[in-house]
Amino acid sequence: MSATLPPPRLLPSGDSAVTVEFSRTIDDDANQSVLALDKALAASPIDGITESVPTYRSLLVHYDPGKIGFDALGEKLLALASQPLPPATKARRWRIPVAYGGEHGIDLEDVAKALNTTPGDIVARHVAGDYKVAMIGFTPGWSYLSGLDKSLQMSRRRNPRLLTPAGTISIGGIQAGIQCLAAPSGWHLLGRTPVRTYQLHRNPTFLTEPGDRVTFFAIDHKTFEEQDRAAEAGEIVAEQVVA
Amino acid sequence: MSRLVVASIGPASSVQDGGRHGAQRYGLTVSGAMDRLALAAANTLVGNQPFAAVVEVGPFGASFTARDGAVRVAISGAPRNADIAGSPVAMDTSVTLKDGETLTLGFARGGAFTYLAIEGGIKGEPVFGSLAVNARAGLGSPYPRPLQAGDEFTVDAASGAPELRIELPKPVSGPIRVLLGPQDDEFDDANKALFLDSEWKISATSDRMGYRLEGPAIKHLHGHNIVSDGTVNGSIQVPGNGAPIALMMDRGTSGGYPKIATVITADVGRLAQTSAGTAFRFEAVSMAEAQDEARKFAQLIRNLPDRLRSADTVALNIEALSAANVAGYAVSAVDAGTWQVAAEP
Repeated sequence: MSATLPPPRLLPSGDSAVTVEFSRTIDDDANQSVLALDKALAASPIDGITESVPTYRSLLVHYDPGKIGFDALGEKLLALASQPLPPATKARRWRIPVAYGGEHGIDLEDVAKALNTTPGDIVARHVAGDYKVAMIGFTPGWSYLSGLDKSLQMSRRRNPRLLTPAGTISIGGIQAGIQCLAAPSGWHLLGRTPVRTYQLHRNPTFLTEPGDRVTFFAIDHKTFEEQDRAAEAGEIVAEQVVA
Repeated sequence: MSRLVVASIGPASSVQDGGRHGAQRYGLTVSGAMDRLALAAANTLVGNQPFAAVVEVGPFGASFTARDGAVRVAISGAPRNADIAGSPVAMDTSVTLKDGETLTLGFARGGAFTYLAIEGGIKGEPVFGSLAVNARAGLGSPYPRPLQAGDEFTVDAASGAPELRIELPKPVSGPIRVLLGPQDDEFDDANKALFLDSEWKISATSDRMGYRLEGPAIKHLHGHNIVSDGTVNGSIQVPGNGAPIALMMDRGTSGGYPKIATVITADVGRLAQTSAGTAFRFEAVSMAEAQDEARKFAQLIRNLPDRLRSADTVALNIEALSAANVAGYAVSAVDAGTWQVAAEP
């Protein structure tokens, strides 16, 4: 679904799933093609497909081999993927509040030191970014963002932390992230958001979708506490903008 | 309503079902029973849907007591000694616990997971259609964690239906079958051959998320970092230390290590039931064969009700009897309850 990319490769992932790989590297064109194929499948479902999982560079398609075989499915997927990219639709945009630094962003000062600048400057660059949810994975609601400013790209921590808090806003390599549940991580922790990208018994359970746009804005730690309580009670404290 | 109380239970035991499907795109782990055939067999014995929620009992023992009325249950999966007040209960049969009676399960004698299905199913609050426990995400119902002594289930009173046994096909033996890929091109021929020709053992540090494999180190062609992509049950990823990990039901939905091969659907449960320390091999099969096996496996589960027999008819396994060729075995074989025990070496 892109003029700049070669046709995707079909990689067998067992007898009941196939990986449609558009690129081996993180590549925005590839991600756009992944999300376009995912949308195309949602718009015109292929009988036998049970679930699709978009990632940075590939679409994993789960299917029932009792309904469709690998070859027949592969042909249909390649045909869909060869169609021109649909015109860009209006993306949802989330404005996500973040309490930067201090106990909520324990790596902010180290990141500033490593990049020879001030914590305030790191926050300014992070807030200035225009991000896209490239994929959601690892744990529920963990949103991987593309669009991190080149000047903030730095290698991951040598020693991953065994546990980082729910709501962690972090950067790692060329990626940025919104973490929902407490989880291990080797990324650099800049702050925390009260926003729950995943919350059971809330409608919607999952806030972000692959393809959504994201920007961050800074809040003080007192506002964080207030919004955290509201979010715990089921409020969506992120602001939604339809661009 | 009756209650089924967990009187005692070992670690790694939890409520599981067919899994939580449809939200892997949001990072929601699938979870579900490690051995789907045993899950379906136990459920079929008590008239439940094949993928209804059951108790997945880990390798250690457990006991369950009926309260406030009778409870009908069935067990299938990893073989173990089972009894009610000293009276043996055979694997792959249903049995009714009278009010106050306790079903005691011993340690798994091979394999790891045994399934206790309860007539009418386990009641709870499904999330994405599933009660399956994923302890890491705090999901599952009625207890979003491994089971503990004192936990209890509110269940239907036993129907009084006649007890049944189920005749499962002879277990498949031989290598665990895999399809190479999706990233087999991240390994050279020598390392692919090393993976397929070596003997492997499952490490004792394995769990529902992944089975770590002990054997030779598999080397990557271009290093061990790939950009994360999707995983499936049975994905075999090779991290930096070269020791493969087979991803199981509690796997993350995406992962960043090259995946050399994928266990075929029909064999994921067999791998799950391979005891730690038991040597086994992998064998590569074609897509056509893997999909054929997947279809047969689905058909086997669909047709399980055809394999139900009255528990009263003696479960004489003539083939096994003549193979055993020992008088003592023949005596045991008269009692379906002890046959399973006697047939174990």
